Amino acid sequence: MIEFDRVTKRYDETEVVSDVSLAVMPHTITVIVGTSGSGKTTLIRMVNRLVEPTSGMIRIDGEDNRLVPEFELRRRIGYAIQGHGLFPHRTVAQNIATVPTLLGWERGRIKAKVEELLTLFQLDPDFFGPRYPHELSGGQQQRVGVARALAAEPNLLLMDEPFGALDPIIRAKAQDDLLAIQKHFGTTIILVTHDMEEAFHLADRIAVMDKGEVVQHGTPAEMLVRPATPFVEELIGATERPFRLLAIETAGDAVEPGTAEGTPIPEALSQREALSELLWSGRSALPVAAANGAIVGKVSLDGLVKRAARPR
Amino acid sequence: MAIGVIRETERRSLPFDKLGVIIAALAVYGAFLAPFATFRANRIVQGEGKAILEALPPSLGYGLLALVTFAIVVAVLKTSVPVRMAAAFAALLALGFLIGSCAGNLVPAENAYARVSPASGFWVLVFAFALLVADALTRLNPGPGLRLLFLAGALALVGAMLATGRWDGLSILKEYASRADTFWAEAGRHLTLALGSLVAATVVGLPLGILCHRVERLRAAVLNVLNAIQTIPSIALFGILIGPLGWIAAHVPGAEAIGVRGIGVAPAFVALFLYSLLPVVANTVVGLAGVPRAANDAARGLGMTEWQRLVTVEFPLAFPVILAGIRIVLVQNIGLATIAALIGGGGFGVFVFQGIGQTAMDLVLLGAVPTVVLAFTAAIVLDALIEVTGPKHSRGKAA
Repeated sequence: MIEFDRVTKRYDETEVVSDVSLAVMPHTITVIVGTSGSGKTTLIRMVNRLVEPTSGMIRIDGEDNRLVPEFELRRRIGYAIQGHGLFPHRTVAQNIATVPTLLGWERGRIKAKVEELLTLFQLDPDFFGPRYPHELSGGQQQRVGVARALAAEPNLLLMDEPFGALDPIIRAKAQDDLLAIQKHFGTTIILVTHDMEEAFHLADRIAVMDKGEVVQHGTPAEMLVRPATPFVEELIGATERPFRLLAIETAGDAVEPGTAEGTPIPEALSQREALSELLWSGRSALPVAAANGAIVGKVSLDGLVKRAARPR
Repeated sequence: MAIGVIRETERRSLPFDKLGVIIAALAVYGAFLAPFATFRANRIVQGEGKAILEALPPSLGYGLLALVTFAIVVAVLKTSVPVRMAAAFAALLALGFLIGSCAGNLVPAENAYARVSPASGFWVLVFAFALLVADALTRLNPGPGLRLLFLAGALALVGAMLATGRWDGLSILKEYASRADTFWAEAGRHLTLALGSLVAATVVGLPLGILCHRVERLRAAVLNVLNAIQTIPSIALFGILIGPLGWIAAHVPGAEAIGVRGIGVAPAFVALFLYSLLPVVANTVVGLAGVPRAANDAARGLGMTEWQRLVTVEFPLAFPVILAGIRIVLVQNIGLATIAALIGGGGFGVFVFQGIGQTAMDLVLLGAVPTVVLAFTAAIVLDALIEVTGPKHSRGKAA
């Protein structure tokens, strides 16, 4: 668990982060959203002490993060940034091995870890390991950046707009990869973004920052139903609300008994995507298939419309 | 359709090589209009120029003219790169070989005072064909290893000419013959001055550059001071140093024992060291500033200590730029060390200034030619080194 306890950061007279208190639950993804200059990057950089708070305290699993030397603290916390920050003079394998090498792992263990991570990110270790970062595409570089952050098996991963430089298609893929990886390792993730779409897609909990303060912290559904301030409402976008609500849960959650005509949709699809399928195919219901292909029921236009309505 | 268009323009354009025309003009002037060798009754009188056919026995003279003419034709026409290279190389080799024959042809056997030296025509021809070789080399675009091989080959050829005594009749080697022992002592001193001040400047300049990179307030101050030093003429700097170094020699115990004096090697060394600092410090600062921000941020965020970040991320990425600074310093120092002779610092400058004093140009060349060869060699070797350390990752965009 990561606790921000009345954390404030001031540069001269400007308060960048004001009196933030926040608790991040283990094994969850917390997304911090806000406009640029809202203090969200500063907030997460205080977790691994790239920025020192002016006042307040950050506790990781109950322990003040200032109790260990900063370099030791950082080796325990994964860190991935926008534009990946790979070392251009080191190969992909050497980049991923950075923290394990710093920790003095033996060579065989490092090699095994690098291969495991590259495979996990669907990069062939024999082909990509000896390459230099400039030989990779943007999406591949970004995956290597995340793999490097995860190399020492950290319990906590900080991500600062990690997908900001990617085009929309690769970005969606990277987000799905991240969800799979998080499920695989159970890592606690704090991710900063200004993209609401990304926040609703990834977050277990969202914290909205405005002018250095956390104005609302809650689940995506809470945020949609009861935006705390007009700013939050504006950030979510009033016209997007029903669709964002549908985007949170999967088609599997909306399955109704019965059968329907047409191509089945996978149950892992979000309800928003299911709605889109229904509208585009012009049908009022579509069958839903489980991962093994078995039909588990149907989703209907009526059902989804009810789910998209503001909860009471 | 498109191919037809290209052929059309190709047919219409002249079959001449642009640079080749200039080279040919130079070579024609050098071979037919300018004197090939100079004959002088003794080492300080005004000499008289001799054309190729006067300077060489007829068979060799006509042979050389034929070869030069052939090389000129090759240069002018659009010929393939290996052919240009071979022609230029053959011409250079013949020039180097035959200039040695001039002495025997022009000087009567018992005359020990008469001097024969290469004249403007010879130098123009060498320059023209060296240009042709350089142009061919550029078109071949050889890797660093091949360039070093070419350099070693050229040096070995010159060495062979010297070792076999082909050039012994030439005036510059007659000057050498009477100064063989001091020549090598001065060569050693020249190298010690140039390389020693470079090492000292690197040892001091690297940490200073790193400090300037980290501490912004220091940066402007240090670079401005070093810039100011760079603008002081070397002779003035020697003069300025006489006072403080003399004082140190007189007042610091042990200073005189290690050779610190107002004149001599010490001020020359200090001056070269001071001149060397700016390129080393400035290139270190520029190199470190060029390290991608994201890479630095990631290095800190992943838990590198300041020292680890400097050694494993910043320094390797800045290294090619720093090496470029060191290359500037080395070439600059090899040239500048010549001036050290003015204040008794030794080096090849000794021959240059003696020669000026005696109006003996051959003696000046005995100091100048090795200096140029050294500087040229250093430049090529370090360029190759820069390329070897740089290219793996720098071809793509950083971060």
